[in-house]
Amino acid sequence: MHSTTNIVIAGLGGQGIITASDILAEAAFRAGFDVKKSELHGMSQRGGSVTSDVRFGERVLSPMVPAGQADVLLVLEPSQVEINRPLMRADGVLLTTDVIPPDALKNKKSLNVAMLGALSSVLEIAETHWLAAVHAHLAEKLHRLNDEAFALGRRASASMPG
Amino acid sequence: MTDSLTESRQLLSGDDAVALAALHAGTTLGVGYPGTPSTEILETFDRLGGRAQWSPNEKTALEVGIGVAFAGARSLVTMKHVGLNVAADPLFTATYTDVDGGLVIVSADDPGMASSQNEQDNRRYARAAGIPMLEPVDSQQAYDFTWLGFELSERWKIPVMLRLTTRVCHSLTPVQPRAPIPPKAVKFRRDVPARVMIPAYAKPAHHRLRTKLAEIAAWNEAEGPMETEMGSKTLGIISTGISAMHAREAAPEASHFTFGLTYPLPITRIREFAQQFERVLVVEEGDPVLVEELRTAGIPVEGKTERFRFGELDVARVHRIVTGDDSEEPAQPKGKPPELCPGCSHRNVFHALRELDCIVAGDIGCYTLGVLPPFSAMDTCVCMGASITTGLGLRHALPEVQARRVVSVIGDSTFVHSGLTGLAEMAYNPPETGHLVMILDNETTAMTGQQEHPGTGRSLNHERADRMDFEAVGRALGIAYVELIDESAKNVDLKARIADCLARNETALMIVRQPCVLAAPKIRLYEKAADQQCAAAPAG
Repeated sequence: MHSTTNIVIAGLGGQGIITASDILAEAAFRAGFDVKKSELHGMSQRGGSVTSDVRFGERVLSPMVPAGQADVLLVLEPSQVEINRPLMRADGVLLTTDVIPPDALKNKKSLNVAMLGALSSVLEIAETHWLAAVHAHLAEKLHRLNDEAFALGRRASASMPG
Repeated sequence: MTDSLTESRQLLSGDDAVALAALHAGTTLGVGYPGTPSTEILETFDRLGGRAQWSPNEKTALEVGIGVAFAGARSLVTMKHVGLNVAADPLFTATYTDVDGGLVIVSADDPGMASSQNEQDNRRYARAAGIPMLEPVDSQQAYDFTWLGFELSERWKIPVMLRLTTRVCHSLTPVQPRAPIPPKAVKFRRDVPARVMIPAYAKPAHHRLRTKLAEIAAWNEAEGPMETEMGSKTLGIISTGISAMHAREAAPEASHFTFGLTYPLPITRIREFAQQFERVLVVEEGDPVLVEELRTAGIPVEGKTERFRFGELDVARVHRIVTGDDSEEPAQPKGKPPELCPGCSHRNVFHALRELDCIVAGDIGCYTLGVLPPFSAMDTCVCMGASITTGLGLRHALPEVQARRVVSVIGDSTFVHSGLTGLAEMAYNPPETGHLVMILDNETTAMTGQQEHPGTGRSLNHERADRMDFEAVGRALGIAYVELIDESAKNVDLKARIADCLARNETALMIVRQPCVLAAPKIRLYEKAADQQCAAAPAG
């Protein structure tokens, strides 16, 4: 049964993991999918590891991505790659911050949105839904900065080899 | 999330869905104490325009909620699972009383302990206190069951508990809201036998409670929220809450029965379902509450093995339960542990306590992280407020040399929650060596995301409120020595100040104050807004 797309976003507290997964879930929701998003926060607010699961498709049941079933593992902090690797499918896609050219971002805080740009090039969700979701979750004064970050990530990922 | 929360179908967390439903169902007051994973309910309710307030603790919150319901209005009371222990005293009597307005109590359980000190299963409380319990499987049901909770509560004049779990509270799933209704106009109606629980009135009240529960059970059988999905004839699975979602995914070929009003049980409907299968399995997170109850009722069901009592369930674990695989599970990847923030004022305190080799009775809050390296400066942590009283016990029992090293540390919000009575105990029954209590006052409830409390001088929505003066409280309770240390002031020798207190044979309260580094910018904004409001207000 592979009608459900499973994404895990991982990193450390303060990196915008939760916001990124909110935006992804919203984009999938706007695209008309059934969506479930799950996260754990609390202690993780203090700089600890954070992961968030987003699942979308025709009908989603459990809100948590089963181990070994993540189609994409998106990691914002290198130290978090190995501990989350078991969540990926054997043929899953690993997206790390290596896709973003060094110093290309105007503001490092928009790294999470840039990574969503990279993710957007491997998912079947129209760009308009992505941008609407970004705008719905960030303050208006940050829209332009994040639009640019999203576009940067989308371009960078599309030009990736393989 | 945006302010369009009240419009059409949208993606909401379980917490936000409860808040939205409370608003739509005409809730007059939302009251609670912050606790992960329940905190966002009242914050969202306030943001949507509902009237919400933080109480000093869960007991006071529930009592306020009972009063609102006695007045005939709808009230929502929120807390995390361990908070229900604090509120247990009023809970067990609230079920005897006739509440006129709907009273919905939220218990947000934390299986797997994402941020809690235990993983108690509050389904036990429903049975012990005799309170009907609803358990949603997703945000849509969290929304629908909040409405239903109010309706059942008013129909039977009984409080209703909505049990959420972490994965329901913090998962986003689609919600279709319904048309809102306004709060009811209310006026006081005297009903002494139904509200004054002296034994003469409580005895018939207990009979009334059991009658109500029997009627609610009959309603549950006839029209309670439940769903059957027929599949294989060999395996039938009974599940509730988030477990139902894992079970449907882990065993799509099986037949599934899920019910929403999980106390009192729809036992006939469960029996009818169970009779159809060779093998009937109960999939439940936490304690084997349901499996035991069904077996007692003579329904032969299979449960999970002991290992699955611990932690959260997920699809993989439920698959193991279904296939009877009780082998060792793969170790969970270990993430980076949380730590005290850089620049956190608590760091200095724990460094000093460590250097003085203190025996530290700790408490619940982000400062509990003082137990971890590099500080390793906490020796006990039990429940809210226990730092003070556990520290006193240590002082009473330990030989003098060790007793002198005992220090209780407690956060400001926790102090208000459950420290006040501990401080009274210290003044009333002081150990021979005296004792030192340190309030680590960072002027917010930092652990749960910077909520206000009576010691911050601001209400839930950050507007100005009267501020509890911890120094004056200490003096009024009879503490011999009270000192306020402003951590931001230069030349504070914290270590010397603590050593000084430990050398005295008297009770001492030291308040170490510096705003939480994460909250400080927001606190400045709130204060500025409050000042402007005061300046704009007409004199007199």
